[in-house]
Amino acid sequence: MDKLVAQYSRPPHQNEMYSEQEQQDLTASVPPLSLKFSLPPVDNHSAFLRAMTDDHSNPSCPIKLAHGTTTLAFRFQGGIIVCTDSRATAGNWIASQTVKKVIPVSRLSRGEDKKSNEPTPGLLGTMAGGAADCQYWLRYLSQQCTLHEIRHKRRITVAAASKILANLTYAYKGYGLSMGTMLAGMTPQEGPALYYIDSDGTRLPGNLFCVGSGQTFAYGVLDAEYKYELTEEEALNLGRRAILAAMHRDAYSGGFINLYHVKEEGWVHHGFDDMNPIFWETKLQKGEFSNVTSTL
Amino acid sequence: MAKKSAKRRLTQQVADLTGAPGVKLTARSSSLNHYSPSSSLIIYLLVIFFIYLSYRKHVLLGIAGKDFVILAASKAAMRGPTVLKAEDDKTRQLNKNTLMAFSGESGDTVQFAEYIQANAALYSMRNETELSPSAVANFVRGELARSLRSRSPYTVNLLLGGIDPVTEKPHLYWVDYLASLAPLPYAAHGYAQYYCLSILDKHHHPDCSLEEGLALLTLCTDELKRRLPIDYKGMLVKVVTKDGVQEISVDNDKVVRSA
Repeated sequence: MDKLVAQYSRPPHQNEMYSEQEQQDLTASVPPLSLKFSLPPVDNHSAFLRAMTDDHSNPSCPIKLAHGTTTLAFRFQGGIIVCTDSRATAGNWIASQTVKKVIPVSRLSRGEDKKSNEPTPGLLGTMAGGAADCQYWLRYLSQQCTLHEIRHKRRITVAAASKILANLTYAYKGYGLSMGTMLAGMTPQEGPALYYIDSDGTRLPGNLFCVGSGQTFAYGVLDAEYKYELTEEEALNLGRRAILAAMHRDAYSGGFINLYHVKEEGWVHHGFDDMNPIFWETKLQKGEFSNVTSTL
Repeated sequence: MAKKSAKRRLTQQVADLTGAPGVKLTARSSSLNHYSPSSSLIIYLLVIFFIYLSYRKHVLLGIAGKDFVILAASKAAMRGPTVLKAEDDKTRQLNKNTLMAFSGESGDTVQFAEYIQANAALYSMRNETELSPSAVANFVRGELARSLRSRSPYTVNLLLGGIDPVTEKPHLYWVDYLASLAPLPYAAHGYAQYYCLSILDKHHHPDCSLEEGLALLTLCTDELKRRLPIDYKGMLVKVVTKDGVQEISVDNDKVVRSA
């Protein structure tokens, strides 16, 4: 009797979809989202990591993480502007002044074999927080995006790419990841799209984001003059000026101004320029930064 | 341990002391502070830290222009999670053409400001002349530096704006609770520093007019409304010119949309 009930209480189309085994085989061929890392043999991983790395509460901590940045991205009528500084700090130590904090995502748009200054199709990601975390996970995202392109024969949307990253950071929530990143791209499905993703698992679409220790200074300059109707030249100058403001006021930001423009055809690089001549030019020719004296 | 108000002390002592040169009004009677040093030290430090965080929420802005100084202070008097008063005046006029705006540990702020106010007044009465803004600023700095090494230092951050009565040049001084003194063309205290200094870096010019100065202030307060997750209940804006100190009415109810 039980057998009879079981037979007729099954969904009518159960066997028309993939079988349990087929589903297993399909999912097993995709690498698991959470990669297997060996973890320290302690109860609370994030507390252990904090004890090892928190410079603020323990100045003699053994690992000084590379922190402190200013990155910004905003949407406007002509696409998306992405701009960053280039300083990497580990505690009080300036570890590098020439970091590339804008990372092209997906194999076809990394631009490694690019010859001309033509727009390169694909997404851009920015790097704030732990340098290693950002580099590693944006590279992982790049791999996933490339796989997506190969599987589906079309570029991944920014929404989907950002969701992969957000799901990843959410899966690792509490393990001490440190990253604040923005993904910018233009796809036929979405138009210009900008997402903010951080290591808490936050994922936000938006028009304008600044991330990093210098974010407030960049927001100040950007908010004061931002509007969606900006021309391309105005937008590039505003992005550059906002990063300059943050590099000037924030001790953990500095070095070179790295500027990108994401357009319909792809992204275009607009220079990796030393901030110092730009600062003095801004001060002496436009009369800004009047609290800085230029005479002895 | 009733602390007399500085003003009452002024009237008393001016009555007593007329003709006794070199005597300065005293700051405050020594009060007993007792806490057990070891066990409650951590709690004590934590409390200090959170108090420190809480008063960074106050907004102080100062802009010097061609012939004026604008001082603006947020109108909220906060304590812990509560807004105690939404029309607080965090400024004191020190003499005809010097104004001081202050933020910091509640209690200390007004006490210190009125102590400075009383001494500036005493100086004017004795010498029948007004102190210049730079003289007041250096006096304030001296008093803060002295207090810093005492048993209970004043935890007060200040902006001091004034017009020199002789040269009619504007002066703006930034003073913090560690007694740093810096003359600046524009200045801010608290979280406002992080949002407004970059705006002022870009848009300020030393010879700007009062209208341009107030427009610049609006640029700053708009950004604070947009990005600060705190309602500081609007700004009280005062302007110092060669004619004295004047309050300016500003539209604090404007809704600012973020991008």
